[in-house]
Amino acid sequence: MLLLYSYEGTMKQKLLQRYRPEEEHDNSVIQPMQSENSSSGFRNSPVKPLRVTLRSMTVSESGATSNGFAIRAESVSRSYKMGEAVIRAVHEISLDIGKGEFLALLGTSGSGKSTLLNLMAGLDRPTSGSILALGRDLAAMSSEELATHRNRTIGIVFQSFQLLPRMTLEENVELPLRLAEVPRGERPARVQEALERVGLGARTRHRPTELSGGEQQRGAIARALVNQPMILLADEPTGNLDSKTGEEIMSLIAQIHRPASGPGRTIVMVTHERALAERYADRIVTLSDGAISREERLR
Amino acid sequence: MKLGDLTELAARNLREAVLRNSLTTLGISVGVASLVALLSLGVGLQQLVDRSVARAGLFDTVSVRSRQSAPFGQPGGGGRNPRAAADFVAPRALDDAARKEIAALPDVLEVNPEVRFTAEARREPSSQLVMVAGMAQSSESSGTLDGLNGHFFSGPEAEEAIIQGDLAKRLVDAGQAPSSLLGQQLTLRFAQRQALPPPSQQAPTDAPNQAVGPDEEAMGFSIVPSERKFLVVGVTPTSDSGGGGQVGFNTAGIYLPLSVAEKLQVVQQGDLRDVSRATPSEGVRYAALNIRATSPTAVAQIEASVTHMGFAAFSLIDVARNLRTFFAIFDMFLGIFGSLALAVASLGIINTLVMAILERRREIGVLKALGAADRDVRRLFFAEAGVMGLAGGMFGVVLGWVIGRAIQLASVIYLRRQGVNPPNIWSVPWWLVIGAIVFAVVVSLASGIYPASRAARLDPVEALRYE
Repeated sequence: MLLLYSYEGTMKQKLLQRYRPEEEHDNSVIQPMQSENSSSGFRNSPVKPLRVTLRSMTVSESGATSNGFAIRAESVSRSYKMGEAVIRAVHEISLDIGKGEFLALLGTSGSGKSTLLNLMAGLDRPTSGSILALGRDLAAMSSEELATHRNRTIGIVFQSFQLLPRMTLEENVELPLRLAEVPRGERPARVQEALERVGLGARTRHRPTELSGGEQQRGAIARALVNQPMILLADEPTGNLDSKTGEEIMSLIAQIHRPASGPGRTIVMVTHERALAERYADRIVTLSDGAISREERLR
Repeated sequence: MKLGDLTELAARNLREAVLRNSLTTLGISVGVASLVALLSLGVGLQQLVDRSVARAGLFDTVSVRSRQSAPFGQPGGGGRNPRAAADFVAPRALDDAARKEIAALPDVLEVNPEVRFTAEARREPSSQLVMVAGMAQSSESSGTLDGLNGHFFSGPEAEEAIIQGDLAKRLVDAGQAPSSLLGQQLTLRFAQRQALPPPSQQAPTDAPNQAVGPDEEAMGFSIVPSERKFLVVGVTPTSDSGGGGQVGFNTAGIYLPLSVAEKLQVVQQGDLRDVSRATPSEGVRYAALNIRATSPTAVAQIEASVTHMGFAAFSLIDVARNLRTFFAIFDMFLGIFGSLALAVASLGIINTLVMAILERRREIGVLKALGAADRDVRRLFFAEAGVMGLAGGMFGVVLGWVIGRAIQLASVIYLRRQGVNPPNIWSVPWWLVIGAIVFAVVVSLASGIYPASRAARLDPVEALRYE
């Protein structure tokens, strides 16, 4: 098995840093590829794009092994038809996200970062290519299996919190447990545990309208984590918050990523705030016009 | 999602838009109520007719006659159809042995001889030719004389009479009520059969006595007028007050205890036939026997058995069947008219649920994002439709019951004002209650198919973007 890369610019060191020892033995590692038609986004960028060319690789036939990756996107495209026009929201993106990694997807509005996140969440299906979550191809899953994936494998946090206003906080957090058919007797303890973890143990009976924005987002994080998913997907979690509250939320997400005790989680966060991404993420992938325009390994 | 969680969420959703959902549920209730009210009247009318015919003994009675006594040219008698030779059963005499044999048939409640004759009923100064019939003691408990003024015969041998209300009206003085006959004596004048001694013991007379036949042992009888007094103990309701004393095949103006009527030795139609025969019968011969079956459903079998025994049998089973068919169609039409309101209500359910989809679009997106499958969303909307149907069905049954009662009450008041004894024309049987609720739930679920499918098909990404 031989992987040959060609690269240019100043990214060599970072590229070498990206791989943890166990990943170096992984023979199916595919580096982000930049498609030709999306490279225009780099022209004005101070950082030269990483150009990776896959010369040879062997991938297990089933593609069902995670090989240390939480999420793997392989030439994923998602386009929409608007009348006669075809909008390419995501185009030929290949991306690996390691287990336990904190990846920030950065980009301007309409760059395709939320679309990519939705594809990873299984809320949407790619037009072409495939996305593997913990080794399972989401494109090949039935809608029932995708629902299970959203319920058990991932947790999603939205910019606008998306707590159901007519339910109390604990009822909101209980929802994923109901969907997972967790026995009724087990639920209160798990809900309480999730809420205490985000510091809302005393606000269980409150409705979302009675909570501040930060509290609502913490509640949403508790809801996302109550089923103990391996992957947390956050779509601009601080977008609707002031900077101080945003910092609190990011600090909470960082704790979830690397808790003081117990296993951490893979975090994929969409944001347009570079400063926050640089402070907390292990890696930043910048999207532009539906393609990866830049990738930075920070830690 | 488990059923308990589904129901809980559905109930919560319904509580959120309580006014709209209540109005929709009320619409279902009105639909179910109209269905229940109309069908309860249909069922009530059917039961009224069933009760009347059961009381009259029309549908559980088989009338049996001997084919021997039926002359050629009369249905069931005389001629033998050579084509039916294989099925032909020789006619038998309707005697005591036959009566016992018939009584032993399965599902036969009782076998009574038919005693009917014409007599003159006299109560000075009025008199009237009437049909008199013997009535078995069992008629007291069969409900054939519901609404009777006075009482039933005090015993099988009592010299008592029950008079039909309409006849009583003719016998009483002007301005008096038919029931004023109660406790009064009524004289019946009728043709009595008196046995003649054998020809050898008779005094030599003219030709007529010799016409009895060459058989010296043959007996004859003479017909003489006879009178007996009876105490009037009962008067049936008059026809204009909802009664009429209809007692099935045995309809008559005056009823006497059966055994008393038998002992009157009244000339019967069969007597004349016996006289006409060269070989007179031995022992008791009945003109007809009336069989009472345990239920109308047993009548056909009894009729077949009796025919097979060599007798002519007659019942109104076909009439009963036609009557039931009529009421089935009648109820079906009532059900269709009642269901129209429910059909309109089902449009209300569709409207409510489609509105709910629009309002809860984002919520559906959140549910899907949290792991709800299309099936879960579909079932949630089905559950909401089902809960509305169940609640509407239950409330509708109560409402229909109230409406039915109101109609019954109004009809009672109206009929009483018209001087008619009001019958009960309203009934809500348990199957109607259960059926109406189940029907409401089924209609609601059917109405929920489109909204539920639409909700399930919602794209979660678009739903989450929905403001």
